[in-house]
Amino acid sequence: MEPPEEPLRPVIYTMENKPIVTCAGDQNLFASVYPTLSQQLPREPMEWRRSYGRAPKMIHLESNFVQFKEELLPKEGNKALLTFPFLHIYWTECCDTEVYKATLKDDITKWQNVLKAHSSVDWLIVVVESDAKKKNKTNILPRTSIVDKIRNDFCNKQSDRCVVLCDPLKDSSRTQESWNAFLTKLRTLLLMSFTKNLGKFEDDMRTLREKRTEPGWSFCEYFMVQEELAFVFEMLQQFEDALVQYDELDALFSQYVVNFGAGDGANWLTFFCQSVKSWNGLILRKPIDMEKRELIQSQEATLLDLRSYLFSRQCTLLIFLQRPWEVSQRALELLHNCVQELKLLEVSVPPGALDCWVFLSCLEVLQRIEGCCDRAQIDSNISHTVGLWSYATEKLKSLGYLCGLVSENGPNSEDLNRTVDLLAGLGAERPETAKTAQSPYKKLKEALSSVEAFEKHYLDLSHATIEMYTSIGRIRSAKLVGKDLAEFYMRKKSPQKAEVYLQNALKNYVAEGWALPITHTRKQLAECQKHLGQIENYLQTSSLLASDTHLTEDERKHFCQEILNFANEQKESPGLKVVLSMHSFAQLKHLHFDPSNALVHVGGTLSIEITLLSQMPISVQVEQIAVSVHFSIEKNSYRKTAEWLTKHKTSNGIISFPNENSSVPFSRSSSPALELYEMYERSPSDNSLNTTGIICKNVHMLLRRQESSSSLEIPSGVTLEDGAHILKCSNVTLDPGVNKIIFRTQAKEPGTYTLRQMCTSVGQVQFVLPHIYPIVQYDVYSQDPQLKVEPLTDSLLAGIPQKVKFTVTTGYYTIKNGDSLQLSNADAMLILFHAENRAIIYSNTREKSSEASLMIQSSEKVTSVSLPMAPAYHMIEFELEVLSLPSTPTSGESDKLVNKEPQRKNKEKQKAGNCMVTLDQKVSIDCPWSIYSTIIALTFNIPFKATHSLLSAGKRKYIQVCVQNLSELGFQLSDSNLIDTGNSPDLQLVPLNTKCQKGNKARQEDPRELVGDAEPKNSIYIQHIYSKQSVFFVWELLWTKELPPSLHCHFSLDFYPASEDRSISLKPYSYEFQVENFFTLYNVKAEIFPPLGTEYCKTGSLCSLEVSITRLSDLLEVDKDEALTESDEYCTTKLMYEVVDNSSNWAVCGKSSGVISMPVTARATHKVHMEVMPLFAGYLPFPDVRLFKYLPHHSAHSTQLDADSWIENDNLSVDKNMDDQTDNSSQKSKSSSHSAASVEHKGLPMPRLQPFPSGQVFNSSTGMQILVIPSKDDHILEVSVT
Amino acid sequence: MAVCIAVIAKENYPLYIRSIPAEQELKFHYTVHTSLDVVDEKVSAMGKALVDQRELYLGLLYPTEDYKVYGYVTNSKVKFVMVVDSSNTALRDNEIRSMFRKLHNSYTDVMCNPFYNPGDRIHSRAFDNMVTSMMVQVC
Repeated sequence: MEPPEEPLRPVIYTMENKPIVTCAGDQNLFASVYPTLSQQLPREPMEWRRSYGRAPKMIHLESNFVQFKEELLPKEGNKALLTFPFLHIYWTECCDTEVYKATLKDDITKWQNVLKAHSSVDWLIVVVESDAKKKNKTNILPRTSIVDKIRNDFCNKQSDRCVVLCDPLKDSSRTQESWNAFLTKLRTLLLMSFTKNLGKFEDDMRTLREKRTEPGWSFCEYFMVQEELAFVFEMLQQFEDALVQYDELDALFSQYVVNFGAGDGANWLTFFCQSVKSWNGLILRKPIDMEKRELIQSQEATLLDLRSYLFSRQCTLLIFLQRPWEVSQRALELLHNCVQELKLLEVSVPPGALDCWVFLSCLEVLQRIEGCCDRAQIDSNISHTVGLWSYATEKLKSLGYLCGLVSENGPNSEDLNRTVDLLAGLGAERPETAKTAQSPYKKLKEALSSVEAFEKHYLDLSHATIEMYTSIGRIRSAKLVGKDLAEFYMRKKSPQKAEVYLQNALKNYVAEGWALPITHTRKQLAECQKHLGQIENYLQTSSLLASDTHLTEDERKHFCQEILNFANEQKESPGLKVVLSMHSFAQLKHLHFDPSNALVHVGGTLSIEITLLSQMPISVQVEQIAVSVHFSIEKNSYRKTAEWLTKHKTSNGIISFPNENSSVPFSRSSSPALELYEMYERSPSDNSLNTTGIICKNVHMLLRRQESSSSLEIPSGVTLEDGAHILKCSNVTLDPGVNKIIFRTQAKEPGTYTLRQMCTSVGQVQFVLPHIYPIVQYDVYSQDPQLKVEPLTDSLLAGIPQKVKFTVTTGYYTIKNGDSLQLSNADAMLILFHAENRAIIYSNTREKSSEASLMIQSSEKVTSVSLPMAPAYHMIEFELEVLSLPSTPTSGESDKLVNKEPQRKNKEKQKAGNCMVTLDQKVSIDCPWSIYSTIIALTFNIPFKATHSLLSAGKRKYIQVCVQNLSELGFQLSDSNLIDTGNSPDLQLVPLNTKCQKGNKARQEDPRELVGDAEPKNSIYIQHIYSKQSVFFVWELLWTKELPPSLHCHFSLDFYPASEDRSISLKPYSYEFQVENFFTLYNVKAEIFPPLGTEYCKTGSLCSLEVSITRLSDLLEVDKDEALTESDEYCTTKLMYEVVDNSSNWAVCGKSSGVISMPVTARATHKVHMEVMPLFAGYLPFPDVRLFKYLPHHSAHSTQLDADSWIENDNLSVDKNMDDQTDNSSQKSKSSSHSAASVEHKGLPMPRLQPFPSGQVFNSSTGMQILVIPSKDDHILEVSVT
Repeated sequence: MAVCIAVIAKENYPLYIRSIPAEQELKFHYTVHTSLDVVDEKVSAMGKALVDQRELYLGLLYPTEDYKVYGYVTNSKVKFVMVVDSSNTALRDNEIRSMFRKLHNSYTDVMCNPFYNPGDRIHSRAFDNMVTSMMVQVC
């Protein structure tokens, strides 16, 4: 139990402080109530309404009850709040009016006066009533009376200033009630007092603050005032409010510093600018650092002191508020801020002093936080503290460097002096931490004491920081600390420890593509690797650095020289080869094939030009650049045949490689390029394509996990492939920048060659490009020699000289001098040659390489074409003119063959269309590269088609030949000639063609003379025949004796292409045919007479038609057939006539046909009369009269008209329309020409009709017309215009 | 004003980085790179928030003795990092915000350039000038 008279202690422990309440009056009474009072007062919270719109708060009140003394009352001007009595209570249990009047009233008055003198209005009079006392007194007034009296006497209109407490020490409901009322009152009054007094204080404080611009204003004084307020809030457990006070002070001070920096300096601030002499760090273990507070009070504090004190207070309050993480955050800010402020205020600080201060402070804050949190909390809030750890590490590091603790040799005397100074500034260790083993003070002292201790502490801190950063995922920060550590290790000459940190950091920078950090770290790594003697790695790193444009030229040269030095050093002792990745050394930019389609024949030369971008800063002499080549044979693939390749592999021959720029890192930096290959799978049985696809050959590289992939600095995948095929290029100087290197190779085996690796050797150092991507391939093929003969035009025409192109593909065969093509001469095909035939030699890629003249020699059987010399894999092209002879009249045998064959073909082909007759000519050619002959078939088209017909005029006979030009060319025709091959002397063929030529008859005698005939050309009539046109030739047949039954004729015609000169003599076109039964036997004449008595025929009136059939000759050979009946010397034959009018001009009345018996003697005439009626007016052609041989039925072999049609024809009547008739007649003619089968079907022996061959019957009335006038009553005039 | 301004791609490689005392370039590169840790942390913490409510400005990433590092992340996760001298107390949060907004606008202009490949380093004179203006202003 606290005694009422508590001494005021100079040391303020705010936590133990309570608002002071003085007690006057009956001290014994108070002493009896005190325990209950002090216990009950804080039990219930009270709402504290605040001024200035601050939020009301529930507050638990506690009080420090002290005996009333006048000294306690603050004097005028005393701003102390902590010692301020907020309430004055007067205790009494007087119930006796007498006593009241005698002593109590005076006492209270005296008390009141003292209070009034100090203008304190916060008072309360408590009257304690007790039943026990009441009972003892007899003349007691009613209880109220004393209270009333007091109220009356003192509580002027403030009746609430006097309360009654009933039986406070009893346990009754009344007592309880009374207590509650009293406590409520007490609390209310206390709060009222707080509000009033604090409000007044705050007002005063603000007034003071407003004076801050006045000269002589002291921040320290103001600080003490506002801190007083903070103390009170803290006392009232209002830590938030207390913190606000400190934060305000903090902000005010900061603002002054900033203003000072801006040139607006306050006088008082200059005091804080005194140089720093002590840097013993923050002290957070005590709630209030009285030492520092006194310094501030006495205005002796330095900036660090002030800041330290301020922060220690903030820290205390924040920890009360359970916000330790804010402490750490604010601490970091504070430390940074202090450093900045000292700089800004230009405070002189010994080197390292601040580092000490920061280091100590960091650790102090961390230890303070650790002190109030459990492990789990700390672990989950590392992100808040790690900054401090890192900062401390950084500071310790700089201290280490400063004090020479990091160097290899340890600190020198200067370093030691500095250390001593620094330690001096720390002062003595504070008593609070003296017992703690791990206090920041001890740590720092120890760390600075020796190299070993420093290393231990520094490593501890660094590892802890790295671990923390890593655990919260701040990998980059961890790497940065790691790099510092690596630097430290390097200084300590332990590169093996540094390496891993550098590698890790570098990996991170490379992965994220930070060029400058990469360069910097790589440089450190290079040094480290050099120390470690990791030659390969060092050289690799050096090559990367040498190509790094972020370095200076000199640095790059240095690293490049490092590589070259090594390469040259090792030359003497071979064996050790260092394989490095090429990508840093040089980049493959382009690749250019020559020939550009990357295709070369066996034995051919292929050159590959590689563009390498050297990234070295100086020229590098390279001993050898080698490209290893993978060879594969795909023999069965069609794709690899020479023809296919030459045609399809088209490209410009330039392959560009993607730029492997390491600056943009992702995906490219970590994963290698895809290596894709085509895949074909063929069925084993028939070699057909089963499946095809694309295979990625480096899946294992691409699909592995990223993390486990080997370090980028050491390309472990670089392995040299041992290929049998290697392209090499020796002694090359690679200048910085673009270099072109040309590889030449002689193709050997046919197949596909894939460029796989490139290796550049500089001394013992090899730079290897492990994969060349995109895939670069070239193909080697071999080809058999070939001869190809093809016409220049679409088709060859027979009979005229035509050009044929010979293409000799030499393939592997080299054409030597004297090699020739031996063409065996075909009979019907001539090879024409001129003096200068030229052959052109092409290379296989169709590039013209040379031209040579061609020697052609011809003998009886063989034409020999001597080929120009040509290397292998070339093509020789030349043209020869060939002439296929349409007919060769030299020998009778072949003549027939040549002619009849086409004729036969003609018939077959003519059915399909109007096609040209073709001739196949086979030539066998002996090539120099083969023992076998090549047979070449050339197809010639015969340009003409000839048809003949026999024409008659009475007994005179004419032969017409129609020549049709089927080709696309126009021709000149001359020397048409028709001869009788029978060579009968009685026969003459007289040409009726325009311009008969003299001597024709003479030449007929010997048609062979036609070839090579030196007839003067001007006398020859030349006729043009254009494409797809016909020309007719007519000859009259004259005879002297009786004619043979048949006549063999031979038609020949000279022709030349219209466009060409007639200089070459050509074989004529010939046509052979036979004419039979051409002698006229009968003359048929029809006559129409108008009805008797009229001059003209009239439509509708019957006219008489007289047909007279006259035999012109006596019995001839041709008459000897079944129709002939011989009796003695009198012969008759049976004929059938038929009158047909196809044009429906006439109506034949009565019988239109009939059979007559004709005597076979000359001039025998038979006349037939019939009636016809013209149906139209005008000149009407006569109806046709047809004559047939009427054969008796006994012969089943001859053709025969069938019975039905025969009968039908008999009934030919007027009403039959024209269409029917035409149909009928056409049918009839058809059946008459080929109706052998129908007779057999009928099985009946019927007489047959046989038409006469065209020459035997002459119709003399053909083409005659008769005028028919319309009948009078006919009003309709029909005019038909055709 | 700012001593270093960096634009960092979604994949954390620098698209643009410039600092004014050229001698300290390396240090700034390290600083900016390290600050990505905090950016990542803040972005992943923010990831849970609704997209449209997301604040692009990340605030102070971390202070160092000499510099303050501020961050900003676009919706496409391109990061802007600005390093400001600690002694430059005149710079308030609002100014930093507006600077970032300006930077973002200028960056958007760069992206709108049809000849610019997203993901390439920024070589734009307009952007350069804007960055220069933000760096020079006070210094």
